Amino acid sequence: MSFESEISPSAGSAGQPHFDRERVGDFQPGDMATQLEQGLGRENLVGLPEEGESQLSPGVEPEARTQWQLFFRRFLRHRLAVASLFVLIIMIVLCFGASWIAPYPKNAQDLLALPKPPSGAHWFGTDDLGRDEFTETLYAGQISLKIGIAVALLSTLIGTVFGAVAGYFRGWTDQLVMRITDLFLVVPQLVVLAIAIKRFGQSDTMIALVLAALFWMYVARVVRGQVLSVREKEFVEAARASGASAPRIITRHILPNIIGPIMVNATLAVAGAIIAESTLSFLGFGVQPPSTSWGNMLSNAEGAVGTPKAYLLYFPGLMIFITVLAVNFLGDGLRDAFDPQSHE
Amino acid sequence: MASFLIRRLLYSIIVLFVVSFFAFAAVRATFNPLAKLAASKDVEVKQRESERLGLNRPMVVQYGDFMGKFVQGNWGQSESTHEAVSAMIQRSMVATLQLIIPGVILSIVAAIGLGVYSAVKQYSAGDYFLTAFSFVGIALPPFWFGLIAIEFLAVQPKSWFGLQQTPLYFVGLHSGDGAGVNWDYFRHLILPVLTLTVQIIAGWSRFQRASMLDVLSADYVRTAKAKGVPRKQVIFKHAFRNALVPMVTVMALDIGALFGGLVITESIFSIPGMGRMFLNALQNGDAPVLAVWVIVTAGFVLLFNLFADLTYGLLDPRVRLA
Repeated sequence: MSFESEISPSAGSAGQPHFDRERVGDFQPGDMATQLEQGLGRENLVGLPEEGESQLSPGVEPEARTQWQLFFRRFLRHRLAVASLFVLIIMIVLCFGASWIAPYPKNAQDLLALPKPPSGAHWFGTDDLGRDEFTETLYAGQISLKIGIAVALLSTLIGTVFGAVAGYFRGWTDQLVMRITDLFLVVPQLVVLAIAIKRFGQSDTMIALVLAALFWMYVARVVRGQVLSVREKEFVEAARASGASAPRIITRHILPNIIGPIMVNATLAVAGAIIAESTLSFLGFGVQPPSTSWGNMLSNAEGAVGTPKAYLLYFPGLMIFITVLAVNFLGDGLRDAFDPQSHE
Repeated sequence: MASFLIRRLLYSIIVLFVVSFFAFAAVRATFNPLAKLAASKDVEVKQRESERLGLNRPMVVQYGDFMGKFVQGNWGQSESTHEAVSAMIQRSMVATLQLIIPGVILSIVAAIGLGVYSAVKQYSAGDYFLTAFSFVGIALPPFWFGLIAIEFLAVQPKSWFGLQQTPLYFVGLHSGDGAGVNWDYFRHLILPVLTLTVQIIAGWSRFQRASMLDVLSADYVRTAKAKGVPRKQVIFKHAFRNALVPMVTVMALDIGALFGGLVITESIFSIPGMGRMFLNALQNGDAPVLAVWVIVTAGFVLLFNLFADLTYGLLDPRVRLA
């Protein structure tokens, strides 16, 4: 809606996860340091390659840095995001290296250890079938992470294409695309998911596809907004004047300039997708046996509430929680690194 | 203003019709009402049933028929229980509203309070704590939070304190055939309301904080401070009121989504609301119920969207409603 982007700061956040709400003046651990530097007259040092450079020896040419080098320096300063990146790498290595790391083979039953609480032999305990919960959690993580990442990539791709086309061509193309996103935003997502999955089957691939079909609108809106502003820049006009085609202008001139917001949104989409997948699986519309995901393990453990087996609830949920928390911090760090002005 | 309202209203109605068509078509394509006759030996039974339900007509005609009745208040009947869908929706809505109303009140009070506190005391220990809380709240899968809350706020305390019953209940809205607003009712209400509000409070309080910080750094606030207006008055009279404006939009949009969005809370706590109604209908392949359900919940989303747009224009005169 043309007026919506004008009047509403969170245009169309109906039913959307809360993660992209915090754009304005948000807190970051690095803020203090940055503010201090700014207080010391950062504005007066405009010619410098990067804040924090203190050698002002005359005659020495400042070292030139590429945009990416600047980006990495800013990112590394965001400690929480760097720590989160480590946590995520560990999580990915643990889950996808499960066949080497897990203490027991997948689905191996130990009939002498039917539901046993966590112990030295079984860190997370064992389930009703005597399977080692730690091993199962790692293998389930493969599916959860795969779906999360696949959904993020796919929805970012779709959203970027639609958003870029709408923003670049404007006019009726824009109207059409934005009306479609409106439609997708109005219907309760869980419902579309559940019906679509009933219709198209419950394979892991299908779940990822259906989730992606419901996540692209957020990216599309962000990309459209960015494209609308970048397309008015002089370098785009120069490209157009020198006869570049629309696809070339979009892919070579516009998209590289808005890669930041796209990557931030893609990262946050991973978190949203992992929660959505686990919720679906929990309700029984998601991943089906023999595949297991964290949500699906929790669904099986739902009856354990209030019984001595309640420990079965803790670990898959904790894995989701830790992963989503880390992904959100990472997204925040990326946002700051891409757009140092965002928190001023 | 009036023309804006009318245009917005018309647009919402059109969207609702498009959504309802897709909902109807998707549900019809997914659930075949003739499937249950598959085992019948009577070869003509499918033909007869199909004619009786009008399934042999084109989808658009079927939709027109359905919508025509829908607009007149005839919402059809459930295929599994043969109860009128309108009565089912009404009953479920009553249960769902009992969660939404206290949930929304709690969320508004908590989110505004915490957000303003965080902004006013930016970078204080309290602000850091609340920031951590909101990140945690956003990252918690709601269904997991519900289960863990049952475990640690209801089941475990019973054995910790050697109680006869769990201090909080987690099945339904009343014990047995109980009714009315009483202590028993509150003990049932606390956990589901908590489950549905945690994520909302976390998100809203972040937004309130950001919005408040934005306003606090505005020129007119600095002017007010400079001319010696007492701090409290600057914060509450100058800054706070304006910081609320963007909040109203966010809140309205989120509240609209709640009417169809309590599937998890209602499923965990066995509350016979809209969410449970949807799950049941889906399990039974109850097409008429599903189609109506989608239209009603989408209608609420649109209604609150409209409300958000209008209030924003009313509260902030700088916004040109065009």
